[in-house]
Amino acid sequence: MAKKIKRGVVAGLFLVGLAGVSVSVWSQQSSFANTAGTSAKARAFRAGNSSGASASATASPDADAAAAKAAFERAYPVFVSPRCQNCHPAGDAPLQGDDSHVHAQYVKRGPDGHGLYGMTCHTCHQDANIPGANMPPGNPKWGLPPAKTKMVFVGKTAGELCRQLKDPKLNGGRTIAQIITHVSSDDLVGWGWNPGDGRTLPPLSRPDFAAAMQEWANDAAACPD
Amino acid sequence: MTVATRMKRRDFLKTGAALSGGLLLNLYVPDWAPARAAQASSKPVALNAFVHISSDDWVTVISNHSEMGQGIYTSLPMLIAEELEADWSKIRVESSPVAAVYNHTVFGIMMTGGSTTTNSEYDRFRKMGAMARVMLIDAAAQGWGVDSGTCHAEKGYVLHAASKRRASFGSLAEAASKIEPPKDVVLKDPKDFTIIGKPKHRLDTPSKTNGAAQFGLDVYIPGLLTAVVARAPVFGGKVTSFNADKAKAVPGVVNVLEVPSGVAVIAKGFWPAKLGREKLDIIWEEGPGAQISTVAMREQFAALSKTPGAVAKKVGDPSGALAGAAKTITAEFEVPYLSHSMMEPLNTVVDLHEDHCEIWSGTQFQTGDRAAAARVAGLKPEQVDIHTTLLGGGFGRRANPASDFVTEAVQVAKVAKAPVKVVWTREDDIRGGWYRPMWYDHFEAGVDASGNPVAWKHTIVGQSIFDGTMFASFGIKDGIDSASVEGAADIIYTIPNIQVDLHSPKNEVPVQWWRSVGHSHTGFSVEAFFDEVAHAGGKDPYQLRRSLLAGQPRMLAVLDLVAEKAHWNGPLPAGHARGIATHFSFDSYVAQVAEVSVTKDGAVRVHRIVAAVDCGRTVNPDTVKAQLEGGIIFGLTAALKTEITLDKGRVQQRNFHDYPMVRMFESPEIEVYIVPSTEHPTGVGEPGVPPVAPAVANAIFAATGKRVRRLPIKPEDLRSA
Amino acid sequence: MISFTVNGKPVSVEDPPSTPLLWVIRDSLNLTGTKFGCGMALCGACTVHIDGQAVRSCVAPVSRAEGKKVTTIEGISPDLTHPLQQAWIEIDVPQCGYCQSGQIMSAAVLLAEKAAPTDEDIDEAMSGNICRCGTYPRIRRAIHRAAEIKAQKGAK
Repeated sequence: MAKKIKRGVVAGLFLVGLAGVSVSVWSQQSSFANTAGTSAKARAFRAGNSSGASASATASPDADAAAAKAAFERAYPVFVSPRCQNCHPAGDAPLQGDDSHVHAQYVKRGPDGHGLYGMTCHTCHQDANIPGANMPPGNPKWGLPPAKTKMVFVGKTAGELCRQLKDPKLNGGRTIAQIITHVSSDDLVGWGWNPGDGRTLPPLSRPDFAAAMQEWANDAAACPD
Repeated sequence: MTVATRMKRRDFLKTGAALSGGLLLNLYVPDWAPARAAQASSKPVALNAFVHISSDDWVTVISNHSEMGQGIYTSLPMLIAEELEADWSKIRVESSPVAAVYNHTVFGIMMTGGSTTTNSEYDRFRKMGAMARVMLIDAAAQGWGVDSGTCHAEKGYVLHAASKRRASFGSLAEAASKIEPPKDVVLKDPKDFTIIGKPKHRLDTPSKTNGAAQFGLDVYIPGLLTAVVARAPVFGGKVTSFNADKAKAVPGVVNVLEVPSGVAVIAKGFWPAKLGREKLDIIWEEGPGAQISTVAMREQFAALSKTPGAVAKKVGDPSGALAGAAKTITAEFEVPYLSHSMMEPLNTVVDLHEDHCEIWSGTQFQTGDRAAAARVAGLKPEQVDIHTTLLGGGFGRRANPASDFVTEAVQVAKVAKAPVKVVWTREDDIRGGWYRPMWYDHFEAGVDASGNPVAWKHTIVGQSIFDGTMFASFGIKDGIDSASVEGAADIIYTIPNIQVDLHSPKNEVPVQWWRSVGHSHTGFSVEAFFDEVAHAGGKDPYQLRRSLLAGQPRMLAVLDLVAEKAHWNGPLPAGHARGIATHFSFDSYVAQVAEVSVTKDGAVRVHRIVAAVDCGRTVNPDTVKAQLEGGIIFGLTAALKTEITLDKGRVQQRNFHDYPMVRMFESPEIEVYIVPSTEHPTGVGEPGVPPVAPAVANAIFAATGKRVRRLPIKPEDLRSA
Repeated sequence: MISFTVNGKPVSVEDPPSTPLLWVIRDSLNLTGTKFGCGMALCGACTVHIDGQAVRSCVAPVSRAEGKKVTTIEGISPDLTHPLQQAWIEIDVPQCGYCQSGQIMSAAVLLAEKAAPTDEDIDEAMSGNICRCGTYPRIRRAIHRAAEIKAQKGAK
């Protein structure tokens, strides 16, 4: 033997229905009725004002600003909860999990927020959550904000996040009213409250979150410092 | 005298069975799929067990070793083609059936492992090619009525130069097969090689780019059902009782049956089988396996590592030398259980009949699997045929000492009373045991006043992989499992006083060989601790290695080559640092230099790995490089990513989200340099793995001043304060 | 009944709509080039194209393919002439080969969208595909090479 050889040998379940809370079963009115701690202004609004509260309608700007700030501070933990901030990252990589780690597959935002090449969001994410722990969550609109308006939540203070949210140059040209519609009835935002098996929910219910945002809007959408 | 040339002539005789046992290329392909090239359409004739030739001039090389990515379906044919003087464009490969003639030349059973294929077959396959050539020449000479000494073979033809006659191998095969094989053949002088050592494209690559390559999971036979098995949540657990009503209600589920390993859900296809399994209610008797916790095990191992064990090696007076050393250092290293995680989950197809059993599996362990299947089926081994498909990765897992996945598949087929394919999910694979053992190593070393090591004490703690297997008598001597201490007891550096001790605690977690076996932990611990010793003595780690390798010229050459190619002392980008490591395993010499950087958050980025290898003569040099590249990525995953942990007996990982692999964006640049050699070929599949982790760990120290003493490397261990 | 085309051929299947496309392709249509690796869209071995978009068929319900064009590895070229196949063969990328169908399907989308991908593009496009054998450096080389082959073909 020329060489000694060493001894060391040797679904029906897929389509569980639309993710998120459907607009049709969730009205602003009914949610407000369930909301505790709304300000006097919000109650007034609820009693008859049309949406899109403006600063000029307020009698006491300072008090309203304080109420708005407080309302935003109440909503803020939702924005920076993993369910929301994971798709509003500081860089161009989405985050995953309750620890908001960088998406393991080196997924990138891409110009439209839906990924790049053969690594689009919908390469893996379907139109609905897939049952089972750690299975890809899903929504027809699954994605990040587009590259032009990244709408970063991660690492932002409440004030920074609020000012960004209001700035039409940063928020995709949305009015305050449109922002409220977005947070209260957008289907992809709603996914946060129907995130699939094993994912924690945001710290407020969606109605409470929407109510806080509505209150913020009603009180001139003033931002925390 | 080599293993191959010592073999008796009867070993070379053809086996007719080989003709029916080939790889299933061209079978079971849906007729509307792109057709594979119809090769060797006419019936091949066996010139010996390894060389078959058909009348259309195709040479079929019968491979007794499994192709799991290492390239032997190309390099084994190269050995035959070289001596046969075959036309390389008309070479194809089939897998052999299980027969004694196909046994491993050293291990004595048919199997693939230990990075030994080229090493063990280098002589036999060349000889098979040479014998077939002589028979073809004799057949031609007889036909022409000339002396065979006046004929020669060239590119698939036998030629008689004087009369300018020639005949193709295919036209001669039938006559040649009736000629008595020559008693002896003269093999080529290596300087005359035209194939061996020259890069050849892999024969299996085209089929691996169009979906045609057939793995075990791709086997479909008429009437085939698919089964998944619900196995115990802890190792050693047994079924107490189960209710299958909900599982049976899943459309497509055909049957739910108990088997020794758990409950099998048998269905028309994988998906209903899996859905059915999710609906099973099973009560398990868990047994002592439910007590296992890797946290507790680590404490146990750590305590043991500080006590004397069975002595695997003792040179000089290590204790005395430690006492007299100018400086001593101590460190402890630990590595976790690891899963092989081949990309193709385990699977086996079984077609069981009263007097015959046919098995299709991507296995590395045919003889053992056949014996196990025969026992379960109540048949003789000869009544069991194993068709070895391509393996979607092996890394040792598919050479299971208990033949676990084949045994279970036959058990399922036995109760299912139908042809069945048992498929493991990724979760089944990761939680299924047979891991690389968890190891804990304690070191003490002393250096003299000039910084040279004078004492080295190493205590190793971990489960034996040979214990309880058919290899126990082969692998365990005097209480020492050779696979536990390889790479440690045979440390390659010259140190005057050395002791290596071993503790082999037992528990219920099944363990086995995993690419590079014992070297997968000793490579890390020995080479990372050596780096610490070098720094303790104020020595450059490369230079200290050089100075202690005086008696190891081949390793020294490899080390110098890697240092040169990696520019060991050359400039680096800010924040980058290099680490170096060597390791001798599977009779090959490897050294690597890793270039890394570490972020403030402790994230490690490996930018580049330069490797040098001396594996003797290379058959297909590009394959050697590919194996080193692959070994490096495999080792990097172990260094940076993976661990199997258990709590209450439950494995806490289950798929690639919590048992993550290195991905493209984390893959470093890799350069591999081969030291030219005329020595006998040695291993390349595994030796690339051991030096990766220590090279990276040593580079991390150079970058951060922090020592890595446990794997996988965790950012929290490296975060800046 | 769900109808779509696979590699240009119309098919109708009776699998439940939630059945992953992978198992329809493999078990019902017996096209075995598309591989099962993880079942959780973590490894990419099951990658196919639906209307030219890469999709992990192990998690995509077959209903997603309704009325669409599905391409599998078997359909990427009839005769090994796709630039990626040529480059894969030239560079001998595969080892065990099991993941390579998915690798090529992911790379095909990259190459279709980017004529001359950079290393960063390759990282972005290919990091969803795991190769346990560690062929990443060769995949990278082969994608660059395929881009060259494609450019040469285009120049003819």
